[in-house]
Amino acid sequence: MGQPCVHCGEDCGNHPVLLNDLTFCCYGCQTVYQILNEKDLKQYYQIEKMPGIRIENQDTGDKYAFLDLEDIKTRLLDFSDSGIGKVTFFIPGIHCASCIWLLENLNSLNDGVVHSTVNFPRKEVNITFREDKISLRNLIELLVSIHYIPEITLGKLDKKGSRSSDKKILLKIGITGFVLMNVMMYNFPEYLPGGDLLETNFRRFFGWLSLGLSIPVVFYCSSDYFLSAVKSLKYKIISIDLPIALGIAALFLQSAYEVISQTGTGYLDSLAGLIFFLLIGRWYQSKTYQALSFERDYKSYFPVAVTRVENNLEKVTQLKDIQEGDRIIVRNQELIPADAQLLKGEGNIDYSFVTGESLPVRKHPGDTVFAGGRQIGSVVELKVIKNVEQSYLTQLWNQEMSEEPYSSRLKNLINGVSRYFTVIVLLIAIAAGFFWLWKGETSTAVFVFTSVLIVACPCALAMTIPFTFGTTMRQFGRMGFYLKRTDIIEKLYKADTIVFDKTGTITYSQGMKIEFVGQNPDAAELMLIKSVVRHSTHPLSAALFRSLEGDFYPDIEQFKEIPAMGLSGLVKSIRVNIGSAKFVTGKDEEEKGLSTKVYVYIKDRVLGYYRFENQYRKGLNSILENLKDNYDLHLITGDNESEKAKLQPMFSGDGHLLFNQSPQDKLHYIKKLKEHGKTVLMIGDGLNDAGALDVSDAGITIADDIYHFSPACDAILESTRFNLLDKYIRFTKTSMNIVRISFGISFFYNVIGLSFAVQGLLKPVVAAILMPVSSVSVVAFATLSITLLAKRKLK
Amino acid sequence: MSVIYFLIGLGILVAGGFLVAFIWAVKSGQYDDSYTPSVRMLFDDFKSGSENDPSKSENAEIINQDSKEKSNIN
Repeated sequence: MGQPCVHCGEDCGNHPVLLNDLTFCCYGCQTVYQILNEKDLKQYYQIEKMPGIRIENQDTGDKYAFLDLEDIKTRLLDFSDSGIGKVTFFIPGIHCASCIWLLENLNSLNDGVVHSTVNFPRKEVNITFREDKISLRNLIELLVSIHYIPEITLGKLDKKGSRSSDKKILLKIGITGFVLMNVMMYNFPEYLPGGDLLETNFRRFFGWLSLGLSIPVVFYCSSDYFLSAVKSLKYKIISIDLPIALGIAALFLQSAYEVISQTGTGYLDSLAGLIFFLLIGRWYQSKTYQALSFERDYKSYFPVAVTRVENNLEKVTQLKDIQEGDRIIVRNQELIPADAQLLKGEGNIDYSFVTGESLPVRKHPGDTVFAGGRQIGSVVELKVIKNVEQSYLTQLWNQEMSEEPYSSRLKNLINGVSRYFTVIVLLIAIAAGFFWLWKGETSTAVFVFTSVLIVACPCALAMTIPFTFGTTMRQFGRMGFYLKRTDIIEKLYKADTIVFDKTGTITYSQGMKIEFVGQNPDAAELMLIKSVVRHSTHPLSAALFRSLEGDFYPDIEQFKEIPAMGLSGLVKSIRVNIGSAKFVTGKDEEEKGLSTKVYVYIKDRVLGYYRFENQYRKGLNSILENLKDNYDLHLITGDNESEKAKLQPMFSGDGHLLFNQSPQDKLHYIKKLKEHGKTVLMIGDGLNDAGALDVSDAGITIADDIYHFSPACDAILESTRFNLLDKYIRFTKTSMNIVRISFGISFFYNVIGLSFAVQGLLKPVVAAILMPVSSVSVVAFATLSITLLAKRKLK
Repeated sequence: MSVIYFLIGLGILVAGGFLVAFIWAVKSGQYDDSYTPSVRMLFDDFKSGSENDPSKSENAEIINQDSKEKSNIN
């Protein structure tokens, strides 16, 4: 094979584009190299070897004309004043140090750019520019010209992300840490032998100081626990936050009483330590994948603006202004934004993302086309027959996109444990209190009651889940399985039914199995075929081109592509026709084939045909085999039954394979399963699964490129890691076991603590040792064991 | 022993200074992106064109204004 491209590193094949003895795979890459070279930005290639990204279609044309619309501009800009504009773009292509360098040196490419800053984890670039020197549209076209294509969608326009909660938790951790260190220092002399010899003045001073410092900790840093405890009580659920809030309150009141009445220094160090650990747990749990989006709806798939025809004039219009009856123009590779009727032109619509069907569908004037399809080929004119919001697909989405009710989110393992835990702790506290009352020692009774609440405060218990699941999530993420939140692990664990989509999920979305039937072409003939299919963008041509080894002739004559029929061309004066049976052989196909066939005609005869078949993803068989025993497996697809015989043995039972299902059917099927008491895990890939993914208990999306559009889901799995799917699902069982063992450890510490507490012996020093030790040991056990087990089991 | 009162006061002051610095760092967004700066510092300074380019100095002014604005907001 040829040399790697200087810009993007891809194989250049046998006919690389040459420039000063450097090889490029395409003119696009060469152009970028030239731009950078001219502006002295060659350092780009020194930071990382072959850093560039390869983008297939390069023609921008009027694609970004909508950015001249004032309304869109103001919504896109973060800030605009006196000729200075600031804007933030999400660029999925950012992937290496060179990208950061180049994007931060944009000002060398264009004077209008003042400065730009990259946020690598979020794959964002923040650009400040002079609006008199470069317009927003030109700025984006500049980015596109160097292959960094910003993602501009409706969804992005509507909401600007806010990250204040992340900052808030950091602030709280900082404040609590500060207080913890100081209070520990003041309380330390007490714990040393001879600590009671400390002068009362000092003791009083330290006490008041600690109390003062801990006020912000209790009333600001731990406010979330009180609020959520109250909120869950409203739903009649005893959440884990309730005993925590009780514990914090007991700690603070007991300490405040001791300091004010000058009987001791209280437990304020334990209090600060407890909240510090809890907050760290929260922070660890809340760390997510910043550049991934799990909550995309149709808005992030659809374009921002479309071309509308008004009085025979084409005008770029915002999508939200499009109404029923409008005439719109859709060009090559553009999306159809609303259900419409084809007026003019030859529709060749790729519904691959909507229905999973990999081949474009042919449409004639008068036919109805559905929103979400992508036009391939010539320009078409459409008449909108339904508003964007009421189109078939968007409707499916709108009706089902419902936020899970708060109360059902609380029904998880930790809160289930908390219910019993809290009741038992309260009973012990009351019983112990009454015991001391009965003995006539009122003050000890009160002390014992609060001590029990203090020592039973489930700090270690509450940290088990964040650290076990947080570590599991990180291990998964390292291997290409990205969870939306940590609690998805529990949902995956609970699932007893797995529903697969077919096309794109268990089959490769590209890369079909191609076989030649007939008289095998020799090397020279293969070269002819390859030369012709190279010129077509049809998915089958592209697939065929990729599958054929060997060389091709760069130039062909009289090339013609007839939509839905085939290709024709003269290569070295030899006629080559490739396409459907009707086009190549002149006869209609006898049998309506189950697989797709592409016939080949060279010179004077038909050689035979290529048979295209969907190819199942690697490891599918073993995954299904491994999951069969513990899960109910279902397959639901929009395709026909052609592959039923092949799939039947892989899935259990006869009724579990469903063909010819619409997106709506899929959604209802999942709903029905849930009504029958099943916990459903849905695995899909496209827009057609969006409804099903949403109503399922847990939805996993398989994505070739995780940063590109994928429907709303709970987890995204890189398609290259598909063969590990069963291991991920089964690893959630391991995680749950670790959680159970950690619960055991924290209960063990609780029992020790309670035995001190009921006897009225809970000295501050006991609490100060017991609480951190229990938390640290649980955290260490959970993170270490998950890391080790993940290394062993996820291979 | 009463020097302890003074020392404790001093201790709180110093630690409080660090706390304030931390709060400032969080609020000004220094923890938003903990990866990119680590790469950025490794790039060599990039020189292009002449130093006296008027547009460059204009831009420098804007950058200064920018940072002032930021500190005003917070």
